[in-house]
Amino acid sequence: MTSAIDLVLVLVVVLDLVVLASSRLRGAIRTVALQGALLSLLPVLLATGGQAPLHVLLLALGALVVKGVAIPGLMLWAMREAAIRREAEPIVGFVPSLLLGAAGTVVAFSLSGALVLPAPGRQALLVPAALVTAWAGLLLVMTRRKAVAQVLGFLVLENGIFVFGLLIADVMPVMVEAGVLLDLFAAVFVMGIVMFHINREFSSLDTGRLTHLQD
Amino acid sequence: MLPLLVLGPLLLAALAAALPGGRWRRRLLVAGALLHLPGVAALWLRPPPPTAGGWLGVDAAGLLALSTTSALFLACAVYAQGYLAAHPERDDRIFVSGLLAVLSALTAAALSRHLGLLWVVVELTTLGTAPLLYFRHDGRSLEAAWKYLMVGSLGIALALLGTFFLALSASGPGGPRSLLLPDLVAAGPSLSRPWLRGAFVLLLAGYGTKMGLAPFHAWKPDAYGEAPGVLGALLAGGVTSVAFLAVVRAVQICQAAGEGAFARAPLLGLGLLSMGVAAIFMAGQRDLKRLLAYSSVEHMGLLAVGVGLGGAAVSGAFLHVVNNGLTKGVLFLAAGNVHRAFGSKHVDVVRGAARRLPVSGPLLLAGFLAATGSPPFAPFQSEFAIVAGAIHDGHGAVAAAVLALLAVIFVAMGATVLRAVQGDPGEGAPRPEFGDRLLTAGPPVALLLAVLLLGLWVPRALAALATAAAATVGG
Repeated sequence: MTSAIDLVLVLVVVLDLVVLASSRLRGAIRTVALQGALLSLLPVLLATGGQAPLHVLLLALGALVVKGVAIPGLMLWAMREAAIRREAEPIVGFVPSLLLGAAGTVVAFSLSGALVLPAPGRQALLVPAALVTAWAGLLLVMTRRKAVAQVLGFLVLENGIFVFGLLIADVMPVMVEAGVLLDLFAAVFVMGIVMFHINREFSSLDTGRLTHLQD
Repeated sequence: MLPLLVLGPLLLAALAAALPGGRWRRRLLVAGALLHLPGVAALWLRPPPPTAGGWLGVDAAGLLALSTTSALFLACAVYAQGYLAAHPERDDRIFVSGLLAVLSALTAAALSRHLGLLWVVVELTTLGTAPLLYFRHDGRSLEAAWKYLMVGSLGIALALLGTFFLALSASGPGGPRSLLLPDLVAAGPSLSRPWLRGAFVLLLAGYGTKMGLAPFHAWKPDAYGEAPGVLGALLAGGVTSVAFLAVVRAVQICQAAGEGAFARAPLLGLGLLSMGVAAIFMAGQRDLKRLLAYSSVEHMGLLAVGVGLGGAAVSGAFLHVVNNGLTKGVLFLAAGNVHRAFGSKHVDVVRGAARRLPVSGPLLLAGFLAATGSPPFAPFQSEFAIVAGAIHDGHGAVAAAVLALLAVIFVAMGATVLRAVQGDPGEGAPRPEFGDRLLTAGPPVALLLAVLLLGLWVPRALAALATAAAATVGG
């Protein structure tokens, strides 16, 4: 089991870097969808005897449907609907953002050496993988101009938080887990609606044009 | 009782969404406020025991934030009657049910004793207010809503990560394995230190974004600048108070775990930074509502400084939650009236507001005096308590810095507000249909009277509550 978990986590980190480097929005959305689908394997792989099997299955299925299918599908639909074809248009170039991502990876792995897990017997790779993914998401949100790319960065950030949440899946009550998925969905849904309005108002989804409000 | 306070406004929100329209829908706002306020008052008289499995409960800090929100909501609900009647062309379905839903979420946040529940309802206030920001349906309000949502969701995400860190710090052997505040406080030193420290940093960044502390305040001038007056008042007086409460919860846990000093240092730094940033951006600010937004950044900074200092200053900070909330209500509602009467919120256009609006113009001036801590208004009391507490505990340099920043802010804010209030309204066509009315001028007057009254006389129960709240964070 351990090797399978490690494989998934390494793949998740690699996908972070792929998203950071990808210039095509559609490709980036598919990459994030793949990452979400991979993440949905983790609850099952990490399950210990202490958790109700039904609960674990529902969590995995929920993650697969929401992170792997529904939200990426919604975003692809939004792109078709708003006729966006252009590149990801970063503020910071692809190579620098990739380097920042790599630097974050190094920092996350060395940091997680200092953060000792209170409950032993957990997967050691979980913490650095979660931190790298969260960092990659933050980078994407901050360094991209297109609204779609920013929302994508938010999804990657949420993926990182999801990985981290698995560490405490047995401590956290069900309600919070459900709230996480629901809120994620709601956030993107509202963002999607807003994006359509941005499209109508500015005939572009370029947040770089949102510059009327300044000091 | 407690679940009723949360679910009541939510039911009314559903009802508002279901009603076909007309005058009855907006009256639901007043109905909700009139049901909510006595419920909150009952909590003062006889605090009920925690309910819903210990997830909802009343404590001093929560009751202060909740009472501020409830009083402010009543003023906003009455004001909204006049505001929505003046804009019959806009569909008020989302606005009315959104405001009620936000009231429900704010109530749940103030009463929440569970850090996970707290996170969920703070997230809901972000989601609930975003469509309200877009009420005017133009490009500028859309831009404000987008920035609010993007920055807000990042803050919320960091706060969730912080909540997970906190859960992990409590999940070790001998840990409480729970996110209930009393359990975490009781567990104290048995929490895992490195994870607790990480949790605090993330929670401070996350909920600090909701508060609008510098350097996480980028969304605030845009959102407050474009928000209708009602929403601005609720955001600056209610949502920020609840976000401050969330930061206080994190400090409470750190304090109990013996990490109080670790938690206070960054709070103090961010607080002073916020006041400095506010002073810089208020100087020469020509947009009235953006000016008020930076005033909110300043006062959030003051709250952070008060808690960050620890000791005698903390109870002043908790008193300031109430005083700042009510004063922000005066300012935003009055500024909304001025905005409508002149069709602009820029001091290049707005002149002689005192002549064109004999109530709202002077009200803006009085609100400015109150917000900048002039006696006899209430913020003077709480700001004095914070500065006096700082000097008492030997933080002379911090006290001097706060006083200097307050002086700069007084001059900067005064320059803009006086330009708008004084002088001759000039040739610009007056808009008599947007003059002072009972429904739109009355609520801010009532709030100002409350601010004046609290400045002259602090009720013993209120002072006791502030002291009790301060005791939980080392005050």
